[in-house]
Amino acid sequence: MLRNRVGRLTATVLAGAMVTLGVAACGGDNSSAKPAEGGSEKPAESTGAKVGLAYDIGGRGDQSFNDSAAAGLDKAKAELKLPEAKEMTASPGETEAKKEERLRLLADQGFNPILAVGFAYSGSVKKVAAEFPDVKFAIIDDAAATGPNISNLVFAEHEGSFLVGVAAALKSKKKNIGFVGGVQVPLIEKFEAGFTAGAKAVNKDIKVQSKYLTQPPEFSGFNDPAKGKTVAEGMIDAGADVVYHAAGGSGGGVFEAAKAGDAQAIGVDADQALTADAGVKDVIMTSMLKKLDVAVFDFLKSYAGGTVKAGETVYDLKVSGVDYSVTGGKVDDIKDKLEEYKKKIISGEIKVPSTNP
Amino acid sequence: MSPSSTGGFLDRVLGRVKLGGWLALAAPVLAILFAAAITAIVLLITGNEPFATFGLMVEYGFRPRTLALTLNFATTYYLAALAVAIGFRMNLFNIGVDGQYRLAALIAAAVGGALVLPGPLQIAVVILVAVVVGGLWAGIVGLLKVTRGVSEVISSIMLNAVATGVGAWLLTPELLAVPVAGSNNIGTKPIPEAAHFPGIALVPGTQTKVFGFIVIAALMGIAYHVLLNRTVFGFNLRATGRSESAAVASGVNVKKMVLVTMLLSGAVAGLIGMPQLLGASYSYSLDFPTGLGFTGIAIALLGRNHPVGIAVGALLWSFLDNSANILDLEGIPTEIVIIMQGTIVLSVIVAYELVHRYRIGAEQRRVGRELAQNTAKPEGAAV
Repeated sequence: MLRNRVGRLTATVLAGAMVTLGVAACGGDNSSAKPAEGGSEKPAESTGAKVGLAYDIGGRGDQSFNDSAAAGLDKAKAELKLPEAKEMTASPGETEAKKEERLRLLADQGFNPILAVGFAYSGSVKKVAAEFPDVKFAIIDDAAATGPNISNLVFAEHEGSFLVGVAAALKSKKKNIGFVGGVQVPLIEKFEAGFTAGAKAVNKDIKVQSKYLTQPPEFSGFNDPAKGKTVAEGMIDAGADVVYHAAGGSGGGVFEAAKAGDAQAIGVDADQALTADAGVKDVIMTSMLKKLDVAVFDFLKSYAGGTVKAGETVYDLKVSGVDYSVTGGKVDDIKDKLEEYKKKIISGEIKVPSTNP
Repeated sequence: MSPSSTGGFLDRVLGRVKLGGWLALAAPVLAILFAAAITAIVLLITGNEPFATFGLMVEYGFRPRTLALTLNFATTYYLAALAVAIGFRMNLFNIGVDGQYRLAALIAAAVGGALVLPGPLQIAVVILVAVVVGGLWAGIVGLLKVTRGVSEVISSIMLNAVATGVGAWLLTPELLAVPVAGSNNIGTKPIPEAAHFPGIALVPGTQTKVFGFIVIAALMGIAYHVLLNRTVFGFNLRATGRSESAAVASGVNVKKMVLVTMLLSGAVAGLIGMPQLLGASYSYSLDFPTGLGFTGIAIALLGRNHPVGIAVGALLWSFLDNSANILDLEGIPTEIVIIMQGTIVLSVIVAYELVHRYRIGAEQRRVGRELAQNTAKPEGAAV
């Protein structure tokens, strides 16, 4: 009798193990889908830079923020013939100690330069860079961590968002547009501020609906398409006919809602009319480009050329660090107006606010 | 199949039924070996060498730096598991530890940043604020349960969401937060240096200090043991956990017990964020660690709510957590760690259950044998 029970339990445990294995197998697939990390074919031609890259939560494959950085690294790998690049990823809810350890491990293993993707690395980059004065560090989206060997790569998200705000206002027939933010953090509020300012510059009576999917410390808003869809549907029901999202992976849901509700959507970070799912590409009228890939590539290139500049590099409209996309030709008719605003921002005639009034 | 005298499955899972002798040790050891075997299979399937991987984890785990980090993480995990365990021992499932510690840490950080008192006094004030906030937030759950009969599982999990909302509202420049120039982060005003909780250089060979809070965590473990086993309150708490009706019959005020236990559990939950706040980040910002309450639940189960068991569980958990970085560096999926942690919790529960049933079976057979031998003898020769 005891044996029977043991047998049953064993069966249960085994069944559980199978499920676990299934999950693990999926995990394995993901990782094997990553491009091979390791040496290139001809190390003799390489520049000798072993690049270490630390992603924020999500890592490579998030179709958004981290992927943009990964694209820059891939381009650099191909064009600069980097011998080796190591990519590491943050886990949700981790402490700063773990981020520090990640950077320190990379530095210990001789990786140089090291790129940290995301403002969450601010404190850890500052600390670890001081411990490894000979290693060049770069951090994206943060200018607070400063040091002789730290390059801060920051973007003028509000300027790019202003332009898509202008586009939204010009394209909206109902004079009612929406903004979906992933998580209500200062960084995403910058997108909202620019977008609202751009729309109001065209039509000061336009209605701008704004909503964030989650509040910190709940960061799931960057990766919750279902929530993005619900919120966007709500905005469209309330009369919006153009919706802009700055919600990372949740953006897919926003596009679906726009498609179902006969509205138009604006993508973010990458040119999403190219990268989004095929079924929803046609609702994306433009995207606010935040060219992380350019920033990452530029940094690696300057490292290869020995011209790394410490301190802040701002990727704004002037240097095309942020921009709007024209894929699909949906904004061709208003392109002149957009270019006009762009010129005014670059010349300083229009000052785009980076925080909400 | 389980006689009432040995309690239900839940009692055994929560460690309210004691296992004696070598069995108590055999179960967790078997469970960890079993988890390692499962993980090895997973590693093989994903094309990684299991022994090399384990070797890598152990080698990295015993570097001085990693040891210090492991102790630091374990300090936090230990407090989280204790907070959960207090409730578990009384059949109260405080799932809201997560919200309790986050809110407590946020408000304590704000108070710590605003005050300027002599160092030790300020530390005491910060800790006190955290304990009070954590306790009060958990107290809501207790109040709802005793006055309205609301299940603490439901209310505490919902209060987690409320705590997130309240926290987000408080952590704005208009209220408790100060923006940092050039940063996209935002946090409470940093606690002045005098009120930093000093670290201890416990591990030789590394500059990384161990949280001084490890001492407080150990003291809390001792206090937990004494409270449960050496006081009337602890006796009542355990009695209520085992059988509420029996406790009522023997004059225990169960409502009061529920409320006080929730307050205590929340008060300890308030301490969870303190090692990080007073020993490392000195401010509550957007990147303050989250989810520790849920880790605490797993570790409390792993340690069967025993103060020493929890300590072992916390160390094991934090060792595994730390090894994720080295796995990532070597290109091995870090999900391995999560699989291993999950399998360990499950197999500990299963192993204890198996061991328990084995013991009952053996006992029954022994009694059966003795009864058979004694049938000829007169009554009264029972075991």
